[in-house]
Amino acid sequence: MIEAKNLRKTFNKGKVVAVDNVSFTARDGEITGLLGPNGAGKTTTLRMLYTLLRPDSGHMRVDGIDPEVQPLSIKRALGVVPDSRGLYDRLTARENIRYYGKLHGLGKADIERRIEQLTEILGMSEFIDRRTTGFSQGQRVKVAIARALIHDPRTVLLDEPSNGLDVMTTRALREFLRELKKQGCCVVLSTHIMQEVAALCDRIVIIADGKVAAEGTADELLQRSGEANLEDAFVKLIGSAEGLLA
Amino acid sequence: MNAVFIKELLDNFRDRRVILNTLVIGPLMGPVIFAVMISFMASQAAERMESRLELPVVGAENAPNLIGFLERQGVLIEDAPEDPEGAVRREDEEVVLRIGPDFGEAWEAGRPAPVEIIADQSRRYTGASISRVRSYLHGYSQQVSQLRLQLRGVHPEITRPINVTVKDLSTPESRGGMVLAFLPYFILITVFMGSMHMAIDTTAGERERKSLEPLLINPLPRWQIMAGKLGATTFFALATLALGLIAFVYAMGFLPVASMDVALNLDFRVAGLAFLLVAPAALLAAALLTILASFAKSFREAQSYMGMVILIPMIPSFWILIDPSRAETWMTLVPLLSQNVLILELVRGEAVNWAWFGFSMGTTGLLAGILAAVAGTLYNRPRLIFTSA
Repeated sequence: MIEAKNLRKTFNKGKVVAVDNVSFTARDGEITGLLGPNGAGKTTTLRMLYTLLRPDSGHMRVDGIDPEVQPLSIKRALGVVPDSRGLYDRLTARENIRYYGKLHGLGKADIERRIEQLTEILGMSEFIDRRTTGFSQGQRVKVAIARALIHDPRTVLLDEPSNGLDVMTTRALREFLRELKKQGCCVVLSTHIMQEVAALCDRIVIIADGKVAAEGTADELLQRSGEANLEDAFVKLIGSAEGLLA
Repeated sequence: MNAVFIKELLDNFRDRRVILNTLVIGPLMGPVIFAVMISFMASQAAERMESRLELPVVGAENAPNLIGFLERQGVLIEDAPEDPEGAVRREDEEVVLRIGPDFGEAWEAGRPAPVEIIADQSRRYTGASISRVRSYLHGYSQQVSQLRLQLRGVHPEITRPINVTVKDLSTPESRGGMVLAFLPYFILITVFMGSMHMAIDTTAGERERKSLEPLLINPLPRWQIMAGKLGATTFFALATLALGLIAFVYAMGFLPVASMDVALNLDFRVAGLAFLLVAPAALLAAALLTILASFAKSFREAQSYMGMVILIPMIPSFWILIDPSRAETWMTLVPLLSQNVLILELVRGEAVNWAWFGFSMGTTGLLAGILAAVAGTLYNRPRLIFTSA
């Protein structure tokens, strides 16, 4: 479970306010979507959640752990697929994943067992032992997800996971995220794609201009805006259509 | 930390270009350039000293005795070109001798008879020829003056109030040291060459391929990640250094050492000591280059910084070349300069001064440690992590 309270982050010595007073809760066994146009502050919010950025003010807990007090424990609790999904081209997919397993301090046998599992779930058996040069976007995302989840985390953060994926891979990805939810994981993903949240998310947090514009289930958001479909609701709630098509 | 170290090594060993550049060309370049340079210099010097001196003379008919003396000394007298000054300026001739028409008259009158050496002294290679012509003329002049004194009943010794001789205390090893003045530079540069690619690949490269952000999300203190990278870079630097020194030892075997009358004291024992001496500099190079490369956003940007850094180990080498004073204690306290000085001591075959060794390794190690500590803190800055932030 993630609790974020009044997170604020500025850049350039306070001139650019990227995230302003963002609060939300993401529960276990649910998929929470951070929805917002490009540049709304989704990635910055996530970076604060996975502790690569320190908030200027506000605080958060992941399963009750305070990152200020236990920065390493919180990283162990999280599985993160960030916006940057760089792989090591000269290593095979398996070696890429194994490296992260070692960095997590897992034992050899555990790592291999887990890789087998993830290969099975994500359908990577065809390319698991190939070097990652020339991998397709879909293959790269799968490897990035596998290495992020090598330690079987309870809480999973994904930044724009379906960016650059074709329809089939996107479907497989959604299936996989639902599977995680079924296991009781807390899944948080950011996206600017309406259909994604509609198809996947139990709760939606709409972020615009660094602020939370609205929060709730899809139905709640429709009710609140008085619109018939989610896209119109979204436009109404953030107050403009800007960034939607990007 | 170990995981990072092992992964970086595995990753880079897979890249054939890296292996070729770092572990083959890097260590070989120094010894090969050095050997070629030295043997070229040696053969040129030998050629100049041993070949017959060809000397164009203007107005040879004015001093037949002098010409006869020169020919007996083995000088090949040639006809002078039309325009001696022009010929020298055009570099057709190195040296031309001019004996004026008033030579005979002055000679008869017992006045100093004028002879001109026409040469361009700013041309380095003419130095040897000019001094040879001078010494022949001086020899002739002395011979004649002694004869004249004897004719007047004066003992010629009286014109030599002092007798100067030079006692050369240089050993073959120390003469070799002069030839080897550039050796420390070539050795030091190997650690910079060896760590360059790794330093860039593990930092700027990681950022360019967007794998740095996910890497830092792992539950590992950031300094440990940096330490693993730095360890791998230092490992490569040391490997390059070791290979470079081995190559040097073999390259020395090909040099025409005998003809230069010098002994180059570079066997495996000296190479081993040199390795020990330069090892802290390997960490220094790795840390320095890693810090620089961390600020670069891409491989190319990092490479453009590196060109300048490669000049750093050159500075002390050039300084020693320009001002070849003897080793003093303070020198051994200055990183990079100390390696230069002490490698020179080693190849000159001097006894090892362990205190100096300790100073050099201590100060260089200390500076390297400080730089490494700075590198360890770099990934606490968000600016250096995100490709766009």
